[in-house]
Amino acid sequence: MSKTFDVLILGGGPAGYVCAIRCAQLGLETAVIEREKLGGVCVNVGCIPSKALLHSAKLAHVIQHDAKRFGINVGNVNLDFGAAIKHSRQVSDQNSKGVGFLMKKHKVTVITGTGSLQTNKKIQVGSDVYTAKQAVVIATGTRVKGIAPLGLDINKTTVISSDEALFLDQAPESLAIIGAGAVGVEFADIFNAFGTEVTLIEALPRILPNDDEDASRTINRVYKKRGITIMAGARVTKAAVSAKSVTLEIEYNGKQQVVKADKVLMAAGRAVNTEGLGLDSVGIQLADSGFIKVDNNLQTTAPGYYCIGDVAGPPMLAHKGSREGVFVAELIAGRQPHPIKYDNIPSVTYCHPEVAGIGLTEEQCKQQKKDYVVGKFPMTANGRARATNETEGFVKIIRDKKYGEILGAHIVASQASEMIHELAVARENEYTVEEVELAVHAHPTMSEAVAEAALDSLGRVMHT
Amino acid sequence: MATKIVMEALSPTMEEGTVVKWHKSEGDTVKSGETLAEVETDKAIMELIARGDGVLRRIFTGEGIAVDVGSLIGVIGSADEDVSNIGPTPVGDSPATPSPTETPSAPSQTTGSDTAIDHPTVQPSDGRVKASPLARRLATERGLDLANVSGSGPGGRIVKRDVISAPVGVTGAMAAEYEDVPLSQIRKTIARRLVQSIGPIPHFFLTTEIDMVNVTEARASLNAMGDGQKISFNDIILKVVAETLIRHPDCNAWWQDDHIRYFRDAHISVAVAIDDGLITPVVRSANHKTLRQIGQEVRELASRAKDKRLRPDEYTGGTFSVSNLGMFGIDQFTGVINPPEAGLLAVGAIEDKAVALDGQLVIRPRMRVTMSCDHRVIDGAAGARFLQTAQHMLENPLAIVW
Repeated sequence: MSKTFDVLILGGGPAGYVCAIRCAQLGLETAVIEREKLGGVCVNVGCIPSKALLHSAKLAHVIQHDAKRFGINVGNVNLDFGAAIKHSRQVSDQNSKGVGFLMKKHKVTVITGTGSLQTNKKIQVGSDVYTAKQAVVIATGTRVKGIAPLGLDINKTTVISSDEALFLDQAPESLAIIGAGAVGVEFADIFNAFGTEVTLIEALPRILPNDDEDASRTINRVYKKRGITIMAGARVTKAAVSAKSVTLEIEYNGKQQVVKADKVLMAAGRAVNTEGLGLDSVGIQLADSGFIKVDNNLQTTAPGYYCIGDVAGPPMLAHKGSREGVFVAELIAGRQPHPIKYDNIPSVTYCHPEVAGIGLTEEQCKQQKKDYVVGKFPMTANGRARATNETEGFVKIIRDKKYGEILGAHIVASQASEMIHELAVARENEYTVEEVELAVHAHPTMSEAVAEAALDSLGRVMHT
Repeated sequence: MATKIVMEALSPTMEEGTVVKWHKSEGDTVKSGETLAEVETDKAIMELIARGDGVLRRIFTGEGIAVDVGSLIGVIGSADEDVSNIGPTPVGDSPATPSPTETPSAPSQTTGSDTAIDHPTVQPSDGRVKASPLARRLATERGLDLANVSGSGPGGRIVKRDVISAPVGVTGAMAAEYEDVPLSQIRKTIARRLVQSIGPIPHFFLTTEIDMVNVTEARASLNAMGDGQKISFNDIILKVVAETLIRHPDCNAWWQDDHIRYFRDAHISVAVAIDDGLITPVVRSANHKTLRQIGQEVRELASRAKDKRLRPDEYTGGTFSVSNLGMFGIDQFTGVINPPEAGLLAVGAIEDKAVALDGQLVIRPRMRVTMSCDHRVIDGAAGARFLQTAQHMLENPLAIVW
């Protein structure tokens, strides 16, 4: 096998493998080095399997609580978490194989092993040394992490991360989740549906702290109704980990409280995969935040070495990494790619109802002293949502007062993840709320709520 | 591929244009960017630029003919291209004028597929400006012609950042040079009631008489330096008005219906009489210019105004007007505000008058000025303070540099 390529990509996750495909499309001879499975965290222990489990959770909820209303009597319902996990594993394995197939189709060489960087654009994998004629791309990603100072190191039995949660053969009786960002909130949804007593603990004043406050408030209310205990603005001060359970001492609402759970799921923050890469030896510096330092072209401090995906910095989202992969591939091929609009990357939490957002939140608009108008439409007023009994949520569009520019959009709805893209396209093309409203929306659809929110921002809402 | 030549909107308010002179004849080779013709708009004579390379194959609109904006007036194509299906009729003895409703793209009949190289319904590739809706709105707000902006979006599409960073002369630069202040309730009430009272722009007038002894001396000694262009009284008045506006920013403003825009620089509109009317070329940032610069600029602008050769950005964007009828011996008059500006200074003649000074009757050169104020922006006291400063500066010219 040849050991010289045009481009060497370290890491086969959604940033690395997409970069490889684009490189190959542009005629560059490309190799991807992956130490585990192709597809990375996303395909194997992240986005994809969790979506399979969330679908199980949704069905569990619908069958137990809604089936009768829809005319379906199911009798006793037995939930089998192990079977749900099995399905999710099949999906992950298929997807990972699919990535392998794509690599073959695009004639990208896949090298299995742990790579370490060397000067002159070389990467050592085991005893082999590979050379890149044009560029090395680092796409090693991030991983889950515990909180060592509190004794909450991940022990994979009672203190777990999403890596373990996705392989449990049964749902625990009780689970404390530390961190109520997208991951924490999604696992709360999954385990709650499978009968686990869930406590969701967040240090910041509200769950989904990066989303619009209205979205947080809605999910907070829905979760409480489902029996999930939420402690936001809470600080874990002490943890006692035993073989069978974990006891957390938590400062919450000015009082010291104790939460005991079979397991603790760590969902607060991620660690950057930079150790052992040999960054120092090639002159690649880290930023103060711990991510690899990159310039506007995603080039590291070592010329010819690029960095994409989580390891290049937030937002740590698969689709952001993929876009960076395409960008860097085009740059290496001598193209002039359009700059990535980092302020136009949608973020989605796939809980039920789903939460999707793009652009600025209302709080950010306030902080930045934007002159804005909010348009909002509740899903209770949407016919399609009523038909499927999914009326929790809203569409909120924040527009610039003067020009109608869509500053931000936030959706809580059963299909929010699919509805947000209309606004992503609108923002990408600099449509204003008027163009969104002018586009005829099919009836009845959940997306009509998007058009109505746009109308509301113009003071012309029709169906409320 | 053929490029249609259409009458373009060469000024923001232009609805029709008259072809004054064709610079190219049928059969001449033309290059994109070359001047094809001179067109008289409602404001000035402007150049119509070629939007494609090739040969000027057809002229449909003869000199002296006025057509609506958007009308087809000619065709550029390659030398051997069949352009017979574009446009109304070939130019004959009498120049054809396409009627405004005629759609130039509708072919009467097709003569066979092999000859239809350029399908007539295809828009000229550059006849349309590609710009995002947001960019269009921003450009409209800034009075920016998107044809002058280069796009950095996909396929050269003009996007927000292009408009924001567009180096379009002073118009673009000026955009950042103001502050928009929302109307307070009292301003809203004042505006509503005054408009009901005396029409859409509620004027009021303030008059004062200024002693011009010191200015006369200062001007004489400046001009005695004999160094090129002489300084006129008007140049000094423009400078004084600019400096006064900087000291009284409440008079350096535009009424914008739902807010007032206060400018940081004084852009002085100078009323210039031309053959068939009046135009107000603008001396930009006059507060930053020397008397000599102002003098040269005014003379240059006025001379081109008389030839109708001002560009739109040269007669728009002023923040305050000065109208001087002193040379006609007018002692005192009131000027009409040039919206959205909020003020105007009407300048009368300098005349020797008998005045009482320190108990003595003396003869002094005196000049009467009248300030017209848009009461929605400028209240009586604010206008009075402005005039007081202007008067003080003219009576003590060193105050200009104070």
